[in-house]
Amino acid sequence: MKKDELPQDLGALGKITGEVCYVVDESGNYTTVLSNGWEVKSSALEVAWKDVEQRIQAAHQKVLNKEASPILFFMELRVMDIPIVAAYTGFWKWQVKRHLKYKVFEKLSASGLARYAEVFEVSVEELKTMKVDET
Amino acid sequence: MKLDFQHTQAAHCENGVTTSLLRHHGVNQITEPLAFGIGSGLFFIYIPFMKINNGPAIAFRTQPGLIFNRTCKALDIPVARKKFRSKEEAEKILMECLAAGQPVGCQVGVYYLTYFPKEYRFHFNAHNLIVFGKEDDQFLISDPVMEMATSLSSYELERVRFAKGAFAPRGQLYYPKEKKAVTDEQIRKAIKTGINRNVNLMLRIPGPIAGIRGIRFMAKKIGQWRDKLGPKKAGSYLAQLVRMQEEIGTGGGGFRFIYAAFLQEAYTYHQIPELIDISKQFTKSGDIWRSAAVQAAGIYKGRIGSQADFNVMSDYLNASADIEKQAFQALSKIKWPA
Repeated sequence: MKKDELPQDLGALGKITGEVCYVVDESGNYTTVLSNGWEVKSSALEVAWKDVEQRIQAAHQKVLNKEASPILFFMELRVMDIPIVAAYTGFWKWQVKRHLKYKVFEKLSASGLARYAEVFEVSVEELKTMKVDET
Repeated sequence: MKLDFQHTQAAHCENGVTTSLLRHHGVNQITEPLAFGIGSGLFFIYIPFMKINNGPAIAFRTQPGLIFNRTCKALDIPVARKKFRSKEEAEKILMECLAAGQPVGCQVGVYYLTYFPKEYRFHFNAHNLIVFGKEDDQFLISDPVMEMATSLSSYELERVRFAKGAFAPRGQLYYPKEKKAVTDEQIRKAIKTGINRNVNLMLRIPGPIAGIRGIRFMAKKIGQWRDKLGPKKAGSYLAQLVRMQEEIGTGGGGFRFIYAAFLQEAYTYHQIPELIDISKQFTKSGDIWRSAAVQAAGIYKGRIGSQADFNVMSDYLNASADIEKQAFQALSKIKWPA
């Protein structure tokens, strides 16, 4: 990539820091220039977050239909998957999988609920109702 | 307590940590491209049966931790690396290092990394930064991705050091054990070792998923994504490819430009004209990767999306594979002076 072709499309990271890019200068030598971002990249990131958003919505609906427990909703909301939830809560993966069922979740002990609530950074009440106030 | 430490920004976190720590330890010649090349950082792998964030598992660089280890080893500098069971122990050892005047590299997760923009905070656990002091409750942090040094409270640092999931850092810290100057002769030897190892990684790993064959393998798979996954999911997969290739850390073109820069620097140590020619080939390959990214963006933004458009993606990747194969073959044939 030539030095004068380096994109400078302000992205999420560009607002905080420029990123080092390796470019070729007029005499053919490599040098580094800071870039504020590249539209191709920021739209890729947007796609990723849109996918996350859709998974959150789908999970929310599933919980309302009682096809899944709120654990699924919060797992998606926190961009986690089952192994990550298991690692943070200290439950086994098979336990987390069970807790994703609405009926099993209903019988979950207070301490179990508290463990999930802590990892998802919500109160037990919020965990049960999926009502979280976040911007 | 604030150690006398110079924050330097780099394209990639592990390169940056390696460069800054080695410079701090008296290796004045080291630069990011040299660290990357000596550590044989250039790679490609596509693991079809694995998913990361619900997308394909693709890497353009070698496994986390290896660049630091290999570069230090090549320069004959012993490495200290520790993981911890307990958070208290992890902080205690960190404090002991700082008290002894030793800036420390730490592996961390980015999800809870407070100074990162929210958009970048996925559960990715192979980020690297340097801790170089503590003032009140704030640890002083040199994150190579950032222009300026920054800080984290002891709780925030503990949290990212003990992030969970794949590549969980388990408080991992590392640093070069000795302070010593390195001769140009050592650098020359290290460059040769690094290049030869990289040739092996890209050309000689058996199986279809790694190295040059991995690029061709993915090119073939991309040609099938539209039918197999449907246009929407195929778009998301391409977006993931572009993020792995261009997002913070690669210096552009999936590390191909850093590698080209490395070969230019290698030439200043070994006056072998081929190095310059081969460097240009990597620049060309990096440019093709970037064109592929532009094509991918057209697809995931929905501007284009026919099977022919996916085939163009495959063609770009195969073109890169051709160039890189020739480049690595040329590197393997270099006659190094004894």
